[in-house]
Amino acid sequence: MLEIKNLHVKVENHEILKGVNLKVNAGEVHSIMGPNGSGKSTLAQVLARRETFQVTQGEVLFNGKDLLAMKPEEAACEGLFMAFQYPVEISGISNAYFLRAALNAIRKYRGQEEMDAMDFLPFYKEKMKLLDVDERFMTRSVNEGSSGGEKKRNEILQMALLEPKLAILDETDSGLDIDALRIVANGVNAMRSPDRATIVVTHYQRLLNYIVPDFVHVLVDGRIAKSGGKELALALEEKGYAWVEAEGHTAAVAV
Amino acid sequence: MGTDTRTLEALVDREYKWGFVTEIDADAAPKGLNEDIIRLISTKKNEPEFMLEWRLKAYGYWSKLEKEQAEPKWANIKYGPIDYQDIVYYSAPKSKKDGPKSLDEVDPEILRAYEKLGIPLLEQERLAGVAVDAVFDSVSVATTFKEKLAELGIIFCSFSEAVQGYPELVQKYLGSVVPYTDNFFASLNSAVFTDGSFVYVPKGVRCPMELLTYFRINAAETGQFERTLIIADEGAYVSYLEGCTAPIRDKNQLHAAVVELITHDNAEIKYSTVQNWYPGDPETGKGGIYNFVTKRGKCAGVNSKISWTQVETGSAITWKYPSVILQGDNSVGEFYSVALTNHWQQADTGTKMIHIGKNTRSTIIAKGISAGHGQNTYRGQVKMLKSAVAARNYTQCDSLLIGDKCGAHTFPYIEVKNSTARMEHEASTSKIGDDQLFYLQQRGLPKEDAVSMIINGFCKQVFRKLPMEFAVEAQKLLSVSLEGSVG
Repeated sequence: MLEIKNLHVKVENHEILKGVNLKVNAGEVHSIMGPNGSGKSTLAQVLARRETFQVTQGEVLFNGKDLLAMKPEEAACEGLFMAFQYPVEISGISNAYFLRAALNAIRKYRGQEEMDAMDFLPFYKEKMKLLDVDERFMTRSVNEGSSGGEKKRNEILQMALLEPKLAILDETDSGLDIDALRIVANGVNAMRSPDRATIVVTHYQRLLNYIVPDFVHVLVDGRIAKSGGKELALALEEKGYAWVEAEGHTAAVAV
Repeated sequence: MGTDTRTLEALVDREYKWGFVTEIDADAAPKGLNEDIIRLISTKKNEPEFMLEWRLKAYGYWSKLEKEQAEPKWANIKYGPIDYQDIVYYSAPKSKKDGPKSLDEVDPEILRAYEKLGIPLLEQERLAGVAVDAVFDSVSVATTFKEKLAELGIIFCSFSEAVQGYPELVQKYLGSVVPYTDNFFASLNSAVFTDGSFVYVPKGVRCPMELLTYFRINAAETGQFERTLIIADEGAYVSYLEGCTAPIRDKNQLHAAVVELITHDNAEIKYSTVQNWYPGDPETGKGGIYNFVTKRGKCAGVNSKISWTQVETGSAITWKYPSVILQGDNSVGEFYSVALTNHWQQADTGTKMIHIGKNTRSTIIAKGISAGHGQNTYRGQVKMLKSAVAARNYTQCDSLLIGDKCGAHTFPYIEVKNSTARMEHEASTSKIGDDQLFYLQQRGLPKEDAVSMIINGFCKQVFRKLPMEFAVEAQKLLSVSLEGSVG
């Protein structure tokens, strides 16, 4: 589904990603972990096609297509969704209006018929139930006046509604209390399916107790320094990132 | 960051869509302004003596002002000197002697021009419940639904017709809210105005349809000086809509209209405007309309209400302060505004709320959007006189910036002379951020739609005050005014 080959990314002449390689197949859940500043969020945003970043080398294929040639909305319409670390507020635009516009933009891109309000509302309400969101939420402005937890829950609600092929969760666990974390994780787990892949970017192992990954990758200084199964996250929790950093350093020297 | 700013610039960089000139023979006066021209206008319009006297007094006052200081200098706008002797003050489309009696008699060229603008002048409009009084180059060419309104005793006609048919009403109310001494442009308008709209809603009558006037400036170098007078008698209600676009010109066109509204006891007037005059060349700013308008309402009676809603997207310069004098006890004044300045446009706009009566209340919601090199100024005055016991005001002015070459300015003037009066003022300035755009795009929306969505959200408080059809039109207009080729 997703193939990242030797990806190098710069921001203002500062190289952040220094040759990332990663392959994600349909049905898999990958977790990308790493210390602050290792490039986790950069990787997520580059995949979502944020223009701030300059790709200097490498290639990314998304379902066989050149992802790096796509605009953010094209990537979205091709089925890529990113749950934001800091969801923004859109004043004066209701959640229902926004989501229907987004859904219809995607449907239009795929040559499907647009959904009218009558069909959309029951669909929306069903997803709201899944994430334990009050129906009054529909008419509220997007993320305006919401708590951090509500915003994150809204991200997952949007994901449930837009039904992406590849979901990238960028530090979705930050700022969540334990109950919200469980609700969010349930939402993500409910969406696990053989034709969908998920990348969970996180700093802490905590979220991975709820969303159990198939693979864990540790990003250190712009490179994936270590990959493994879900037990790698537990090892990290115990030994800290310094352990991988030291190992990575040794490896680099050895090369 | 760099790419996003550039794309935004491309986005706001679009050309005026409705630029075309209609070829019709105009019966025009020679250029320039003097007493003879004023007499000519009055004679052409077959006016009673009191009108000519009033015009001449206004002209005398204006000439004095012009010699002393010309235009007022306090506004936050820049423009070259205006040569008042280089303007044609009277031009009428050549038509049959007594003017057209029905649409069939209207010059087909004019009808085609309206059609291009999508103006609903045709019969199907009755189904939509809209009556149209179209002003084309200073002379009304068609009035519809007059009979239906007449059954209710409502007078809705061109100003010229009102002067002929209801001189006593005109004499009683003309200049009663905006005297000819009010300001430089109001004086000029009083001296030379050629037409406009007149509405009188009698006691206890609710006007069942939205009254709609479209203005359009045509004939090169013709200044437009409309005069609108709306009176709602005791317990009456009327909603009036005004919308306009204009063809491309290479010379600046002066537009100085005056609108006066009067509400008696328990009456209400709702006045909505969508303005989209030619804003000037996108590259240089040359050739756009100068829009110097005086709009004011007087809540003369108790419990009466005047509400202004405006969406201003056009003109090179907008100088406009729709105001309310809250004279009657418990009267209410409202001002809801969206002003957009793009390219080289300048707007200095806002309102004045003058509280005189007890328990008077006013609300001001002003939204300014600046893009390109646009300069957007909110200027508002809230004045509470000693007599204004327990008066209240709420003001909110928000500015939205697109790109980094535009400007937003806020000048609130507050004067409170009664200790029981209360007023609140809130202001904010924000930018359409890369974060917001990226968020919406990541959800599948193209950049242009994302910008539209953010802007519509920003303006929502104002749009929902507009009548339904107008709100849809206003949203479209804003998107069109900001759309362009997305890179």
